[in-house]
Amino acid sequence: MGKGVNHRDVDRRHFLRGAGLATMATMATRFSGASTEAVERFLATRFAELSPKEVEALLEDLERDFSRRFGKEISVEATPAMDDVVFGYGLDISRCIGCRRCVYACVKENNQSRNPQIHWIRVLEMEKEKGIDLAESNAYYDPEQVPEEKSFYLPVACQQCRNSPCTRVCPVKATWQEKDGIVVIDYDWCIGCRCCMSACPYGARHFNWAEPELPVDAVNAKTHILGNRPRMKGVVEKCTFCIQRVRNGRYPACSEICPVGARKFGNLLDEESEIRYLMREKRVFVLKEELATKPKFYYFYAT
Amino acid sequence: MMTKIKKFFLFVLGSVRLVLTGSKAYWTWVGSLLILIVWGASAYATQLRDGLIVTNMRDQVSWAFFIGNFTFLVGVAAAAILLVIPAYVYNWKPIKEIAIFGELLAISAITMCLLFVTVDIGRPERFWHLMPFVGSLNIPSSLLAWDVLVLNGYLLLNLFIVTHLLYKAFFKRAYNKALIVPMILFSIPFAISIHTVTAFVYIGMAGRPFWNASILAPRFIASAFCSGPAILLILFQILKRLKVVDIKDEAIWKIAELMAYAMFLNLFLFGAEIFKEYYSATHHLLHTQYLYSGLHGHSALVPYAWASVICSTVAFLLFLFPATRKNLITLNLGCLLIYAGVYIEKGMALVIPGMTPDTLGEIYEYTPTMTEVRIGAAIFSIGFLVFTLMCKVAIPVLKGDFTVDSLKEPVGHRPLAQSRSMD
Repeated sequence: MGKGVNHRDVDRRHFLRGAGLATMATMATRFSGASTEAVERFLATRFAELSPKEVEALLEDLERDFSRRFGKEISVEATPAMDDVVFGYGLDISRCIGCRRCVYACVKENNQSRNPQIHWIRVLEMEKEKGIDLAESNAYYDPEQVPEEKSFYLPVACQQCRNSPCTRVCPVKATWQEKDGIVVIDYDWCIGCRCCMSACPYGARHFNWAEPELPVDAVNAKTHILGNRPRMKGVVEKCTFCIQRVRNGRYPACSEICPVGARKFGNLLDEESEIRYLMREKRVFVLKEELATKPKFYYFYAT
Repeated sequence: MMTKIKKFFLFVLGSVRLVLTGSKAYWTWVGSLLILIVWGASAYATQLRDGLIVTNMRDQVSWAFFIGNFTFLVGVAAAAILLVIPAYVYNWKPIKEIAIFGELLAISAITMCLLFVTVDIGRPERFWHLMPFVGSLNIPSSLLAWDVLVLNGYLLLNLFIVTHLLYKAFFKRAYNKALIVPMILFSIPFAISIHTVTAFVYIGMAGRPFWNASILAPRFIASAFCSGPAILLILFQILKRLKVVDIKDEAIWKIAELMAYAMFLNLFLFGAEIFKEYYSATHHLLHTQYLYSGLHGHSALVPYAWASVICSTVAFLLFLFPATRKNLITLNLGCLLIYAGVYIEKGMALVIPGMTPDTLGEIYEYTPTMTEVRIGAAIFSIGFLVFTLMCKVAIPVLKGDFTVDSLKEPVGHRPLAQSRSMD
């Protein structure tokens, strides 16, 4: 990345806001004994405000940092949204067997912390007799074998709302909706106030309560800056529809791993896409429609 | 003629000396607070190193003890206006001399509020992202961003008013009415706004039915009008006993009467909420049930919830009847009960049930860790310390003991004449 760019000139970490912060940086370096790098990181600029050149320099920096930390080459991309694409997801409740393969494929793909464990997908077990009832659901089911006769399963992750309460409440604009509809977080800008977690009606946002533990041999080396790149403690994270995959024409890890084909994915603007097909041929619904969050994550019963 | 800067410097220097001289009791009090602060600061150091994992907050209950205390203290800060309204608007003598303590209380409470928010955030070193112009404050859409603005604005406003009043009294001059009276009038809607905006942070969460109720804002105001004065009433009696400031009994009774009305309103609104929840008995009721009767065997908050209801009701009755309102023992008992009742109601009993069960129906039972309690204790100690130090200056100024004349010789030649205030 960033061939030919002299990152010293354009490093976003030098992109300081006014003389005040610059002075602060110098003083902090001198008196705290902190490395210049740490101080520069402290004075980072919001991702959404970076120029393309600054993004390039930032990616290069992150790649260098991560590669050093994990002892192998880690790529960090910032692949932008494609034109005429808005991603949507479909989940066939009648097929899901509650095996949680999606949960762990997601953890692996998206570099979630292994300790403390963070899962972007939560599979809820529901009783067939009661139908969908979140208050009666159980996320900690652990039988010998799934599916159980009396149960059905409802996996829940970020619903990628069009009318997203989480982005609205963020006090520092650290989370927003991209052009392709994916709600992302700037991990370098999030202050960790967890307002978005209070606002999310789907429990989709997760906080790094401790320094995330990501073993060297488990790290997925192909990352996106707004998605699965390694995170730090004290910031919020969530499902991004595997932004690092889907913007390069691949399926999200969860839909790829699903052994029963319950997970569908595609471009909502393309009438020929699988997601549009099932919206046309089946009957879809969204969770908590009364909140008017307008999710781009649809559930349906195919049989 | 001294220049303005030199004069202000004199005032500051005199104040510092006042703060650094005091009786044994004063130093014991300050010393104990400092010990608590160090005790809590070391807990915070652990939290900074290990992350918020040292608290018992988790994804299910992601706001708890810290934010609960924050919410309660915003109410205390807002309550300063209960004293300011009659004192300044109606120029009502008995209260005017003591309204300044309401403002000092507001300053201390806001200091604690800001500290509680600071210890709650995951990346405190990024606080500057919240600064207007420098950071990226999400105005107008984020209520928390608004809260940052109004809380800091309210703090600055009160600091300015108090400093101006004391400074002028120090130089035995009348305060600038044309400047201060409008500012004080402005502080009244400002005080309402800090508590309303804080209520809106909660009300705005459509996915949390326990909070998503418009009644929350008026309840916040009503309960604040109880808890703030409860602290001040006790303080005024101490000051009176110490013959520091002459506070008339009628003033104290009047405040107690106003508190009774506020508590009535608070209990009425509470009743309205309880009726709505239990009569409609939807899934929204689960949170109220968790609070008052427990849910699926989880009942950590139940004793506190009932204690709060009982405290508030008994206090209301004590303040309602003139006989118990005018009796010092029952009056003070009422103050303590109100303080306890509102502390529970606007703290843990507001934040935790809002998140229990969580949005997907899971019950995670939260109780604070020792680390959280220690950090909380340190923040309260800082608040008390700030209040003590400000009183140490304000009291002699109001008594007329600490004026420019009391610095008889040029600064630096001999120690300041010992203040009699706290000795």
